[in-house]
Amino acid sequence: MHPTLTLRVALRAIGKNKMRAGLTVLGIVIGVAAVIVLVSVSQSAGLMIHQQFQSLGTNVLFVIPGSQQGGGIHLPTGSIVTLVATDADAMTAECPAVLATSPMVSARAQLVAGNQNWSPDQIYGVNEKYLTIGNWRIKKGDYFTANDVHAAAKVCVIGKTVVDNLLGGMDCVGATIRIKNIPFQVIGILEPKGANLFGQDQDNIVLAPYTTIKKRVSGSTFNNIDAVFVSARATDRMQEADDQVTQLLRQRHHIRHSTLDDFTVHNSSEVANVLNIITTVMTLLLGSVASVSLVVGGVGIMNIMLVSVTERTREIGIRLAVGARSRDILRQFLVEAVVLSTLGGAIGVAFGVLVAIGATCAANALLSGARWPLTISLNAIVVSLVFAGSVGMFFGYYPARKASKLDPIESLRYE
Amino acid sequence: MPLIQLRDICKTYQLGEVQVHALRNASLNIDRGEYVALMGPSGSGKTTLMNMLGCLDRPTSGSYLLDGEEVVDMSSDQRARLRNRKIGFVFQNFNLLSRTNALENVELPLLYSGHLRAGRRRERVRLLLRKVGLESRMDHHPSQLSGGQQQRVAIARALANQPPILLADEPTGNLDSHTSREVMELFGQLNREDGITIILVTHDQAVARNALRSVVLHDGQVVCDSTDFGRATAALYQTEGANP
Ligand SMILES: Nc1ncnc2c1ncn2[C@@H]1O[C@H](COP(=O)(O)OP(=O)(O)O)[C@@H](O)[C@H]1O
Ligand SMILES: [Mg+2]
Repeated sequence: MHPTLTLRVALRAIGKNKMRAGLTVLGIVIGVAAVIVLVSVSQSAGLMIHQQFQSLGTNVLFVIPGSQQGGGIHLPTGSIVTLVATDADAMTAECPAVLATSPMVSARAQLVAGNQNWSPDQIYGVNEKYLTIGNWRIKKGDYFTANDVHAAAKVCVIGKTVVDNLLGGMDCVGATIRIKNIPFQVIGILEPKGANLFGQDQDNIVLAPYTTIKKRVSGSTFNNIDAVFVSARATDRMQEADDQVTQLLRQRHHIRHSTLDDFTVHNSSEVANVLNIITTVMTLLLGSVASVSLVVGGVGIMNIMLVSVTERTREIGIRLAVGARSRDILRQFLVEAVVLSTLGGAIGVAFGVLVAIGATCAANALLSGARWPLTISLNAIVVSLVFAGSVGMFFGYYPARKASKLDPIESLRYE
Repeated sequence: MPLIQLRDICKTYQLGEVQVHALRNASLNIDRGEYVALMGPSGSGKTTLMNMLGCLDRPTSGSYLLDGEEVVDMSSDQRARLRNRKIGFVFQNFNLLSRTNALENVELPLLYSGHLRAGRRRERVRLLLRKVGLESRMDHHPSQLSGGQQQRVAIARALANQPPILLADEPTGNLDSHTSREVMELFGQLNREDGITIILVTHDQAVARNALRSVVLHDGQVVCDSTDFGRATAALYQTEGANP
């Protein structure tokens, strides 16, 4: 029999008993839906973590003074000035894997504007490169320039939370705010980033030239800085940048071979890699747990197909009597099983996608702040459809073979 | 050369310890275009012989030449092809696919021969159903048809691939006398007009009388083979007397 005819006969047979077909493939439906949902959830988790790392900055290394080698933090004795702004400049100039750097000094202070006040989580003194390094964008106005940094200009850009709480959400470019009673002109507003992985608001921030923060807000006479943000040229060059920065700083700080570093480089790529591995493992693990239910669904198909072969013994006899070969019968039942399981798979995909969408909406509605991304994996869909089809083929083979081995005379006599 | 040539056909069933000899050295020649009634008491081996003729079964020993080809040595696929192309089978209980309509039932052998495209297939099915007077019932399911109509659908199906041989095992067994007369008229017409060789098993002498030749089986053996209906009935009474 022609393949398309076989397919049509199979579809007919399924269509004649939709209720049973539905129950037969229920296991496959649930199995595929489970695979789709679990893979989607774990990939969403992975994506969210990835997005969080992206929002921390573009391939960012974070250098702070003090050593973390050999356990614990060893501050250099006598609180020597260890990390200075020129270190940051030197990294940009001398480390090929480094794209840009920015010194960072942080301050804690209340902001005042008119009769409002507000305490931001972060007041960062940085340079003109930080916008790129930190993966920020300006929503309105401008970011400060190298000249502003050089001149220690009293300008700043602020995050959305600060705008909302200090300035009542109004268009405030050009407004003046006071940090420790020093007037700063707001020259730009940052594009909001939302909460980070730990639910912390990233938009409760003020960025100003580090020179201004250092001299005018902190009133410090030392030229040390709190940290250096380093942006590597590419994600896969972060370790290289790490090594080059370490090398350079040891040289600049005159650290001998046997001595510990007086600084620490935090490399987020290590954490990102570990998290990546964890989410991949989680995806595979959840996917394979769910696919066990697919196999169970296959057993269900085998079960019903066996019943169906017995019930349709006379039909098989009739087909044999009018000239069906045993392989025609085998094919008919095999195709029926595969079509059933693939249909079940398709329903499972639809169902799984709906559940994944629902779960994402629910998560975003219930957990304020963090935006849980929706990922529907095309791979998971294709793989689980193919897997469902194969399950049908595998578990349909035995009943189909049994059908094809029937004796025409006995089948015709079967009541 | 005869269309059908059976030589010393034996069929033995093993039922545990007991051997049942359904056919013992049955020999029979049937020519193209003959109309043969096969009679005999219950259990005499008629159905077994028909299954043999219809290539549904294989003898324990003996030879069966169909159109000069030895069927006994054939593979099951080759026999399936013979059933499809050379033989039309009509059963006592119709054996229609219950959840398919008349059209699809008649189409079934054409699907397995696969030499016609869908359009030509439908055309052929329509022609066949017209021949048996059921063109208007094409989309009826068996349960929506009377016994006589169902049997006529079955006959149309048997004729789908224009086989030279039509085998009917008690085709009127489940029909009342009126409808069975209609079916017999159809058989007669097929034999006369289309030259189809018909072999028919029946208990009913009124039915058997339509045939031009009668073969009587008894205990798996051919005990009478005659064109004289009177002699055949006499032989039949004798077997029934001998084996009440
Ligand atoms: N599958 C079988 N197994 C065992 N015995 C059988 C089988 N089929 C038929 N027989 C026996 O073979 C003999 C002939 O049967 P059958 O051809 O059906 O007779 P008829 O059709 O003339 O009534 C009977 O004795 C029957 O019991
Ligand atoms: Mg019988």
